[in-house]
Amino acid sequence: MTFLATVWLVVRKDLLVELRSREILYTTVFFAVSCVLVFSFGFVRDGQPIDGAAAGILWIAIAFSGTLALGRTFERERQSETLRALLLAPVDRPALYVAKLVGVLVLLLAVEALVVPLVGILFQAPVLRAPWTLAALLVAGTIGFACVGTLFAAMLVRARSRDVLLPVLLYPVTVPVIIAGVRGTAALLQADPDAAMARAWLSLLVFFDVIFITLSLWVFEPLMTE
Amino acid sequence: MRDQGSGISSPSYAFPALAVLTAAALAYAPVMIAQAPVESTMLLVQKIFYFHVPAWFVMFTGAFTCGIASGIYLFTRSRNADRYALTGAELAVVFGLIGLTTGPIWARKAWGIWWDWDAKLTLALIVWLTFIAYLLLRRYGGPGSDRLAAGVGLFGAANIPFVYYSVNWWRTIHPKTSVVPSLGPGMRGTFWFCVLAFMLLMTLLVAARVHLERQRDRLDQLYLAAEDDL
Amino acid sequence: MDFESLTFSDVTRTYGRRRALHRVSLTCGAGEVVALLGANGAGKSTLLSIAATLIEPTSGEVRFGQATGRTAGPALRARIGLLAHDLYLYPELSAAENLEFFARLYRRGDVTHRVDTALCAAGLADRRDEPVAGFSRGMRQRLAIERALLHEPRLVLLDEPFTGLDDRSVMALQDRISALGRAGCIVLLTTHDLEAAEAVAERAVVLTRGRLVPIEPGPTPLRERYRRASPA
Repeated sequence: MTFLATVWLVVRKDLLVELRSREILYTTVFFAVSCVLVFSFGFVRDGQPIDGAAAGILWIAIAFSGTLALGRTFERERQSETLRALLLAPVDRPALYVAKLVGVLVLLLAVEALVVPLVGILFQAPVLRAPWTLAALLVAGTIGFACVGTLFAAMLVRARSRDVLLPVLLYPVTVPVIIAGVRGTAALLQADPDAAMARAWLSLLVFFDVIFITLSLWVFEPLMTE
Repeated sequence: MRDQGSGISSPSYAFPALAVLTAAALAYAPVMIAQAPVESTMLLVQKIFYFHVPAWFVMFTGAFTCGIASGIYLFTRSRNADRYALTGAELAVVFGLIGLTTGPIWARKAWGIWWDWDAKLTLALIVWLTFIAYLLLRRYGGPGSDRLAAGVGLFGAANIPFVYYSVNWWRTIHPKTSVVPSLGPGMRGTFWFCVLAFMLLMTLLVAARVHLERQRDRLDQLYLAAEDDL
Repeated sequence: MDFESLTFSDVTRTYGRRRALHRVSLTCGAGEVVALLGANGAGKSTLLSIAATLIEPTSGEVRFGQATGRTAGPALRARIGLLAHDLYLYPELSAAENLEFFARLYRRGDVTHRVDTALCAAGLADRRDEPVAGFSRGMRQRLAIERALLHEPRLVLLDEPFTGLDDRSVMALQDRISALGRAGCIVLLTTHDLEAAEAVAERAVVLTRGRLVPIEPGPTPLRERYRRASPA
């Protein structure tokens, strides 16, 4: 089966499974919204948000809810060991990685579609000022976070203490993504927007994505065989 | 008992010689440091620099060793590569800790604050955390975690340039006021001597640690062999 | 790709100080049904996982005909079917959807017909659109067996296939296994149900703490020969 056909088949199956219960979607969205609200109480003073708080809170919410979504997605595969069934199938194993990555991306981008307007409203942040650049930052950053996260979550499926180990492993490695995402977004949302700076951070994110997706594809099969 | 190359390896004189050399270098280092010229602005405090920077050298050597050895382990299943990966990570954590304690001590005495998000210190902190995560995974991840940790080691090392650039850009937007003075002429000799001393210490520790892991594997094999004989 | 035999040569698998398998050597040819017996924790599931290329042996090798397990690729995996203890079914999907997914994953054409046949064989044709989460253990077992056999594998690995099955289903499965043997498949199955194994397996071997001991064929019941071969 061709690489892309495999990816599409598995993605379709994952979406079908998720649509039946919508459990991960609803819980992740709710969690992201709660994150934003809880952090707001820390960073809004006298009704005025602290300078640059919007960008930071947005990306923290993405990181936290992303970790949750990753954990839940792979927990599902662990229940009937269906990940093993996929590894057993006559498909290119890296295609399974890509399929899982696409699934997580779709979920996170859906969550962001809700959280970004929320942040815009709560923090009076001009999210529509440069929509394409902001969207590009969000997509590139989410890909960066998800590509490392999917690999780590997949490899932890058979490990002990996997729930706490995923964030412990994931956050240090995705620090560049968070820094680039926050600073790029802040550059767009600040009083005097700096589109050039935002684009500079965007290029760092794209470079990160390329390198780490390549590394993940390369390393997925050896990591998943015992 | 069946002999499968089991037991203690035959004594080699390289290790004790290295140990003596390292001890001598480290013993002499404070003498050199005391004799080095005192830096004009920060006076005595600056001398922490002679241990602080070599500790970073060792930390990053350990981090890159872990990354490269992890990559080799993942693709060749070589147990030796895994031993070096583990050793590299432990070195990175231990010497990172040395750097992360000497750094703030120096900053506090020189500039009055413990931590100011200096680009290099922040980079070191993040890399340090990555390799602590590596060790946590090995310890708590259950069977097979050595393979998984290799993935983390590889990614952690590959991440270093990205962390470096992102933290640097992040910091240059808000330029720092404190400046690390460049090395005066009399200081260079002392500095490189301390680097040498730390490198010797690192080599010694790597040799000891890899040897320890090798013995652990041999012990496991002996257990298994003993089961056969029962 | 295809192959006519499965060979384990001195296969050892260790986890630190624990040895799951010790120098297991076994050859199974096409058309053979081999029963792999042994106490819990003896290493049966590990051996099956190695045969399925999910786990690599610590030493020794597995050969599928001339090809080694180590160089296995997707082409080899297409010829292997595994029924594991965890049934590899998606509880949120229906029986039909599960089978359709795996049929497509294994690149099998004529999906609808294949799925219908499998559902009939599992006795689940009337429950085809119900989510698997609502099935009993026995129903899931029957569906999982069909899932493992959907792509007509050459090597059939069955881990405790009789678990949870009622008498009628056990007989149906026995017929199925015998038919697989006659069709030239290599069947390796593990079970605690010695009577069920006796009915289908011409050969039986025992794993005791990782070591393989063959059971001599003979007129006495399998249970007696098993007890002789594996002292407590």
